[in-house]
Amino acid sequence: MIELEGLTKRYGEKVAVNHLTFTVRPGVVTGFLGPNGAGKSTTMRMLLGLDHPTAGDVRIDGRHYEQIRHPLKYIGALLDAKAMHGGRSAFNHLLCLAQSNGIPKSRVAEVLDTVGLTAVARKKAKGFSLGMGQRLGIAGALLGDPQILMFDEPVNGLDPEGIHWIRNLMKGLAAQGRTVFVSSHLMSEMALTADHLVVIGQGRLLADTSMADFIRENSRSYVRLRSPQQERLRDVLGQAGVPAVEAGSGILEVDGARSELIGELAAEHHLVLHELSPQQASLEEAFMQLTAESVEYHAHSDTGPPDTNGWAGGTGTEAVSGGGWGEQWAREQRKRKAGG
Amino acid sequence: MLRTLPAPQNATPQQPQPQPQQAQQAQQQWQSAPQVDTYVSPIPITKTHLGHALTSEWTKLRSVRSTMWTLGVMLALVLGIGTLIGIVAASADLDLDGASAIGLGSFGILLGMLCVMTLGVLTIGSEYGTGMIRTTTTACPSRSRILAAKSIVFFALVFVVTTLAAALVAALQTAMVEGASATGEEWLRGTVGVGLFVATLGLLSLAVGALVRHSAGAITIMIGVVLLPLVLAMFMFSKSMADLQLFLLQYAVPSQLIAFYGDSVAGGTGPTGWEPLWIMIGLTAVALGAAFLTTETRDV
Ligand SMILES: Nc1ncnc2c1ncn2[C@@H]1O[C@H](COP(=O)(O)OP(=O)(O)OP(=O)(O)O)[C@@H](O)[C@H]1O
Ligand SMILES: [Mg+2]
Repeated sequence: MIELEGLTKRYGEKVAVNHLTFTVRPGVVTGFLGPNGAGKSTTMRMLLGLDHPTAGDVRIDGRHYEQIRHPLKYIGALLDAKAMHGGRSAFNHLLCLAQSNGIPKSRVAEVLDTVGLTAVARKKAKGFSLGMGQRLGIAGALLGDPQILMFDEPVNGLDPEGIHWIRNLMKGLAAQGRTVFVSSHLMSEMALTADHLVVIGQGRLLADTSMADFIRENSRSYVRLRSPQQERLRDVLGQAGVPAVEAGSGILEVDGARSELIGELAAEHHLVLHELSPQQASLEEAFMQLTAESVEYHAHSDTGPPDTNGWAGGTGTEAVSGGGWGEQWAREQRKRKAGG
Repeated sequence: MLRTLPAPQNATPQQPQPQPQQAQQAQQQWQSAPQVDTYVSPIPITKTHLGHALTSEWTKLRSVRSTMWTLGVMLALVLGIGTLIGIVAASADLDLDGASAIGLGSFGILLGMLCVMTLGVLTIGSEYGTGMIRTTTTACPSRSRILAAKSIVFFALVFVVTTLAAALVAALQTAMVEGASATGEEWLRGTVGVGLFVATLGLLSLAVGALVRHSAGAITIMIGVVLLPLVLAMFMFSKSMADLQLFLLQYAVPSQLIAFYGDSVAGGTGPTGWEPLWIMIGLTAVALGAAFLTTETRDV
């Protein structure tokens, strides 16, 4: 069990991790999500005693990392797949790690086999592809057969087969009663792997919830409408207190899951509907909604035509211009708040 | 397989109704999730100690090319130049002025020193350069132990290699060149002493590498430390700086090495006998002490 209490890390002016308090429990996979620069890697480094917290505390089963006398048998961590000497062979890399913790040499061959690198065991790590390096890093984490595992973006660079493998690996490890803590940017990936979710943005805790609850609470449901009598439909809906917004290409969107009401209203007023479909925002969208306010590093999508159903998390009532991830949603959210 | 049952946790029943997206409330609900047995590995637990770190560091040192390269080049320089000087001195009937031929070995060692400095810096600098240090520190959270293990393994390796090389060259040269027969103390200084001197200089480089955490930067600093005093002394023409000039000439690392072999540089007031070794040990102790002090408090 990993317990963080008011964990804070400041780099000069920049607060990378801001008063984080949460617990990672054994037996389940805990996903750790946040946009770029949210402070995930920094949190993990503090957990492993690599960086010293500015304030607060992080304990592993009640102890600080430095107090653990057999760290690799207790915690296995993959922080950065490139955190190895490229000139050393995969075998020797794992061997020196094993020796530093008194782990039998036979374990090295075992984990190499687990990650599927036996054939290249004697090859230098610098010749490895991104995915192979990632597998070697995972082998290092598994070396001591630890009860706590931590992976920082493990699927980075893995092929579909590799992603499938690590997904099952993590689930299997958790099912054995181990603590599995894994960071990612990909909500959809986490949805398949994690049972519990911790979301941070700009170093602050945004959510600490079970996966199912997160989806239920954060995804927006709305109804998509198409009609040849769009103007009249809008008026009718407006009068009934169900505001519809134009989403481009002749599509109207109505917030909330009110398809029955809309259908009945349309029938009452003899309006033709070509489409009436309840929609659930995707998981990625749910994630972006949550972190919208805390995204620091925006990409700018000035080039190309605006994508109405795209990443901007949008109902698409306005073209995405110069805005970034979730920005449009944030704007609408403010509008909604202002309007009551 | 052993399994331990964890202490029962706060056993409030799980609330079924959806909760508002409030981190704190969600956490409460989470804490009441069903408990699972924690995993216990069949691999026996051993408390780690310095011995583990030493074997690990030895594996690291022997499994990279840079060790072979730097020490290989050092051996080639020391033995090659030593033999060459022996041949030249023998054919030219060099007058050693009553000194033994052991002192001729200093030229090869002077160049070999540069290789040892490079290896010293790389031993720790490459870990920072590649990011391996994070993996290393995760496996061994005591940074002092890592630094101690690296220092010991590196020092031992360089000491053995340098002493052997110096002894071989000394034997060759005394056999080839005619001179006064060397005393036992001269032999000791020219072999074990030189080994200690060079290994300590290497350790100084390792300490600088640990402080600077950047291989190229640390190597540059070390080359500066070794060569700059001599270069500066060359440009001190004015009379008022004569004292400083003499000091630099006598206490520059190359001069100290030559003095260590028994020839005093620029007059007889400089370090003699075993003094250069004590000076080098003092310097290294300061740098290594600083490295030990800072390594625990700095972020990796
Ligand atoms: N050593 C450091 N010195 C200064 N600033 C740092 C340092 N490490 C991290 N930061 C800053 O702290 C913030 C958090 O970085 P961190 O790497 O933890 O984010 P992350 O959530 O892992 O991001 P990503 O998803 O891109 O990996 C960033 O703004 C980063 O610039
Ligand atoms: Mg990161």
